[in-house]
Amino acid sequence: MSQDRREFLATAGRVLILTAPAAAYWDALAEGKTEPEEAAYRMADHFWGMIVDIDKCIGCGSCVRACKTENNVPLEPFYFRTWVERYHVEPLSEHPEVDSPNGGYGGFPEKYAPGDKAKSFFVPKLCNQCAHSPCTQVCPVGATFESPDGAVLVDKTYCLGCRYCVQACPYGCRFIDPRTNTVDKCNLCYHRITKGLTTACCENCPTGARQLVDLKDPRDPVHEFLRTHRVHVLKPQMATGSKVFYNALDGSVR
Amino acid sequence: MNRLFKDKEHLVRVAGLFAAGIVLFVVARAVLVPKTFGEYGHYRGGALADVRANPVVYAGRAACVECHAEEGERWKGGKHHGIGCEACHGALGKHAADPSSLKPVKPDARTLCLGCHATNVAKPAKFPQIDPKDHMEGGLCTTCHDQHAPDKEPKK
Amino acid sequence: MEESLLHAVQGYMYPNEVELQWSILIVLYPFITGLVAGAFILASLERVFNVQAVKPTYRLALLSALAFLIVAPLPLQLHLGHPERSIEMYLTPHTSSAMAMFGFVYLWYLMAVLVLEIWLDYRKEIVLMARTETGWKKTLYKVLSLGVDNVSEESLRIDDKLGRFITIIGIPSAFLLHGYVGFIFGSIKANPWWSTPVMPIVFLFSAIVSGIALVMLLYLAVCVLKGVPVDMPCVDTIARYLFYAFLIDFSIELMDLIHRIYEADESFQSLDFMVHTRLYTSQILIQIVFGTIVPLGFLAFTQLVKLSESARRGIYTLAGVLTLMGIFAMRWNVVIGGQLFSKSFLGYTTYKMDFATKEGLLPAIVLLLLPFAILWALVKVLPPWEEPREAKPEPAAA
Repeated sequence: MSQDRREFLATAGRVLILTAPAAAYWDALAEGKTEPEEAAYRMADHFWGMIVDIDKCIGCGSCVRACKTENNVPLEPFYFRTWVERYHVEPLSEHPEVDSPNGGYGGFPEKYAPGDKAKSFFVPKLCNQCAHSPCTQVCPVGATFESPDGAVLVDKTYCLGCRYCVQACPYGCRFIDPRTNTVDKCNLCYHRITKGLTTACCENCPTGARQLVDLKDPRDPVHEFLRTHRVHVLKPQMATGSKVFYNALDGSVR
Repeated sequence: MNRLFKDKEHLVRVAGLFAAGIVLFVVARAVLVPKTFGEYGHYRGGALADVRANPVVYAGRAACVECHAEEGERWKGGKHHGIGCEACHGALGKHAADPSSLKPVKPDARTLCLGCHATNVAKPAKFPQIDPKDHMEGGLCTTCHDQHAPDKEPKK
Repeated sequence: MEESLLHAVQGYMYPNEVELQWSILIVLYPFITGLVAGAFILASLERVFNVQAVKPTYRLALLSALAFLIVAPLPLQLHLGHPERSIEMYLTPHTSSAMAMFGFVYLWYLMAVLVLEIWLDYRKEIVLMARTETGWKKTLYKVLSLGVDNVSEESLRIDDKLGRFITIIGIPSAFLLHGYVGFIFGSIKANPWWSTPVMPIVFLFSAIVSGIALVMLLYLAVCVLKGVPVDMPCVDTIARYLFYAFLIDFSIELMDLIHRIYEADESFQSLDFMVHTRLYTSQILIQIVFGTIVPLGFLAFTQLVKLSESARRGIYTLAGVLTLMGIFAMRWNVVIGGQLFSKSFLGYTTYKMDFATKEGLLPAIVLLLLPFAILWALVKVLPPWEEPREAKPEPAAA
């Protein structure tokens, strides 16, 4: 089967799975029901994660912009629920050159010349929704936690703003929202995925480099994907139980 | 009793103060700990509902094709089928809920297209890229490419 | 502000790492609790280990510990995004978090150890002053005495026994009060500058060093202020304990350093570069050279060469000040240093400390001076030494 057709079926498969509950949500909203039927979603049926495909990311920054729009993330520099990094690995170098201009919000202006024998690629980053998350371990009061369906969430009314969780995250995905003085981070668009929608970043990624996955759903293409691709997690030595799986991740990625 | 506590009365009073403190603490806990705390784990169970109640800003492509079936068909058949509508047209959750409340703005074709398609060394080699200076510099991409199905002839 | 911080970034940092999370206030907190623990350990030397020579500093050490302990939560409250929610640490402490321990350890140490021990030691004076003072002072002492007037031999004997018992419990409590702070840093696997099993031990020993130095300096200062001769055997003994504790502290830190250099794991190059550039002044110069090696050298000199009393006093003072500076620098290097490098090991940022903001230099200075003001008040209410009360005529016997 040609690559194109395979990709189309995979994407169509995902869209189909999400279409029915998503359509139901929008119908309910259009009918003026402000609270759509929540009973349909059961936490025990889901265990969320994400696949990021490095071979497909083009560094357009759509995901960064979409996330900031969807989740009302401050537009000032430094605060990102998700961001994209550009890696430039010279042959035989010990360290890659990495940059992320405003997190990749406006894309990546070209600064390298083609044909310089280096390896370059983009790496989207986000909260890894760890199953053994070191950040929730250190919260002194229980303001951040792993939900039963696998999302790591923040209780903004309970957070003290002590910043211990920010220190404990090995991936740098947390920050303090200066408007609320509480911690904030990617929560896998929990308010969307519990309604049958996909995350804002996955929705807006033009190449399918980011795909929301439900590890508990036997129909989810993730199982086949993990079986047939070489996938990695970031910083595996930290044993965080990261549920963001990277396909074609280069060894130089930090 | 007096003989038992002779010379120790001050300690009894200290013990009393400590006991009072502990009682106060226990009472305060019973009153102040949020009711849903501990339902699912060491956190306020109500927080799950709080997060779920956040407003949805992007409608998602499934919602768009419900009304825009014609564009949807053209889109599904072309090379841009993997791209969500709002990736180019902006967040339209409000529009999906009530079309008259928010009218989508037509994106500026060249700026938008080049965002993905301008050459960049870090982009995967098989991704279609063009050098903006060599390729119809300053021109509108939609002159030759149908934005919804770029491998097909543009709609006249 | 954000723009200037971006310019100060060298190499690559994850975007959310550019701005530091923990400020000088978080440097201050372990410094203060360290002084508390150290002063208490010095006091316990006499009470539990019968080192009679240091007895003149016993009460001063306890009062200093209390003064600093009262101030200890303040930098934390100023730092929190929502200090009004800090009671949650008492309501729903997350037992997997070392930080959640804080409220309980603090309260235990404050009430069940320090306040109780001070009260038991001073009870006789409190009751006597409740009898002889007048006006609002009388009320104050009456309240402090909990309305009990009994200072019989038996009751004082019971007090002494209980006080000794509390001091014995107080030693591991002091270890816990400051050791958990070391664990807060040492248990963070995400940060290689912090993550090491010796962190609680290093924190504890540097705490003991700083506490001993503080009490020694306070004692010397108070003697000068009161125009009273210094008890040299006392100060010599304190200086000796300072020397020993410092040697142990330095050895442990040196072992950790050698281990890091030898193993040279993935973080080493990045950390090494940081120490040689952004952290050079505070770590190499202030902490190691002038804050550890020089005072150690001075103290060793006094141990090896017979010097006059005034020479010893001068050296002790200098060594004490340098020691405190060095221990403060150690806290700075741990807290700030741990945030200057990127967890990608590819870059560095800068700490921009403001002056008159919530977490700026000014509140830090105020919080460092506040304990001395509190100590002054405590000394007035609970004098550490038998004051010859010839200035006030005794009122007619009650």
